Amino acid sequence: MSQSSLDRWLNTVGAWTLALVWFLPLVYAVWTAVHPGEYATRFELFAPLTVENFVNAWNAAPFARYFLNSFLLVTFILIGQFVLCTLAAYAFARYTFPGSGALFALVLLQLLVMPDILIVENYATMRTLGLVDTIAAIGLPYIASGFGIFLLRQTFKTVPKELEEAARVEGAGSLTVLWRVYVPLAKPTYLAYGLVSVSHHWNNFLWPLIITNSVETRPVTVGLSVFAAVDQGIDWSIINAATLMTSGPLLLAFLLFQRQFVQSFMRAGIR
Amino acid sequence: MTRRPLTLRREWVHGWLLLTPALVLLFAFTHVPAVTTVWDSFFSTPRGRREAAFVGWRNYETLLADETFWQVLSNSLWYAAVTIPASVALALVMALWVDGKLAGRGFVRLAYFAPTVLPLIAVANIWMFFYTPGFGLIDQIRGLFGLAEVNWLGDPALALGAVTVVAIWKEAGFFMIFYLAALQSIPPQLREAAAIEGASRWTFFRRVTFPLLMPTTLFVSINAVINSFRMVDHVFVMTEGGPDNASSLLLFYIYETAFKFWDTAYAATLTVVLLVLLSAVALGQFFLLDKRVHYR
Repeated sequence: MSQSSLDRWLNTVGAWTLALVWFLPLVYAVWTAVHPGEYATRFELFAPLTVENFVNAWNAAPFARYFLNSFLLVTFILIGQFVLCTLAAYAFARYTFPGSGALFALVLLQLLVMPDILIVENYATMRTLGLVDTIAAIGLPYIASGFGIFLLRQTFKTVPKELEEAARVEGAGSLTVLWRVYVPLAKPTYLAYGLVSVSHHWNNFLWPLIITNSVETRPVTVGLSVFAAVDQGIDWSIINAATLMTSGPLLLAFLLFQRQFVQSFMRAGIR
Repeated sequence: MTRRPLTLRREWVHGWLLLTPALVLLFAFTHVPAVTTVWDSFFSTPRGRREAAFVGWRNYETLLADETFWQVLSNSLWYAAVTIPASVALALVMALWVDGKLAGRGFVRLAYFAPTVLPLIAVANIWMFFYTPGFGLIDQIRGLFGLAEVNWLGDPALALGAVTVVAIWKEAGFFMIFYLAALQSIPPQLREAAAIEGASRWTFFRRVTFPLLMPTTLFVSINAVINSFRMVDHVFVMTEGGPDNASSLLLFYIYETAFKFWDTAYAATLTVVLLVLLSAVALGQFFLLDKRVHYR
């Protein structure tokens, strides 16, 4: 008995130590961001609090515009993904047609070879299309998501065929059936996929960095890197305030919907 | 007899029509560029009025003679070889902890998972400060023990390690989720049965839990491999591949070659190397993965 309680005690200590180490970067960022610059390396419990770092960061770069761009970007990607992946997933789940197996294999291939690594060719494509430095160009390569198609197909396959047949008897067409029967039943999957997609594209950096070159199109991640790189002598406190600002919406959403987030990621990865 | 093929063919057309929008974009930005990358690697980079010319294997000869390439490749393999087992092992430990009875489980789980939702480029800024020589948190803690300053990001021997630590920190919590999901699907009767048999917790883990988690381990590992070639954002902020390419990774080198030196043909050649590495992963997945894990 005493051995198992020692065991439990050791596990608790281990788990908490790791948790604190894991949380440290975030705690540190909050510490520097809410205190004046001179306390960035001095840790005193009663150091004066300030919001000045956030104000300075906000004024030092066009963050309002960056936020708008990021917001437009993730909305564009999410809507596009929902529409295209739903249609494709429905076809793979409920239609028999020649080539469906091979085409599905090609869809799954995207889980391995992502647009993220094909930056050279995709840049050339965007230049041909005249889309360089547009928000559409950041989003387009990600809209037909192999992951999304796969996830929704698995969900649609669990919908009982009787429901579809009942709707057909009432005279509903294919798209009506999809919209009235399949989509409502897949709501949890949409939520899960939506959260994963939004957090992924809010955080994405390399491709937006390549394809954008103006304030009007840059998402916050690229904006932040420009801001932190140009002013080398800039205060740590201000950089950290900016860092927290850019992660803020996601962090806030995560704190509010922690359970849904964790369950969504589970659901998204479990099948 | 005559109607059946007709309705069948209508179903075909419907299926294809539903697929068309997704497939057009999928091919345009994934499959076609993957093929044209290989094609372009046999041509020279068009410069000014000089158009791309067929050069055969010349880009590959350059590649073999390029010392930077070999360094970057070995960096990438080292980065993968450390990040993958470390983050997967940590993820498993985290999941076991968070799955069991633990005081303050909610907070612990939050702490493990938080790095996953933060932008890598943003957290790199925070880590930068940790690594700053002298002032940085790591050096301040070392200072308490009377240890000398270390230039973590400026020392060629340490920079890659410093970058790797950030990747592990970022990923472990993400993989934890998958283990957690798998652990929660293990029937509690197994544990009860093992307890009756008098099996120790370690025996139970080794004989029951770990084998049952095998499909998850494989799934997570494959994700970890793919991510290890993709996660380079923090390199931009922390080291820019330096010093002397000591912390440069393959995708970062591709970026530099294509968008700093504008040598697109050579960048395509480098991308082919990345594609070959990923294909090797795919083959490994095909031969390693259990039949049960295969998606239907």
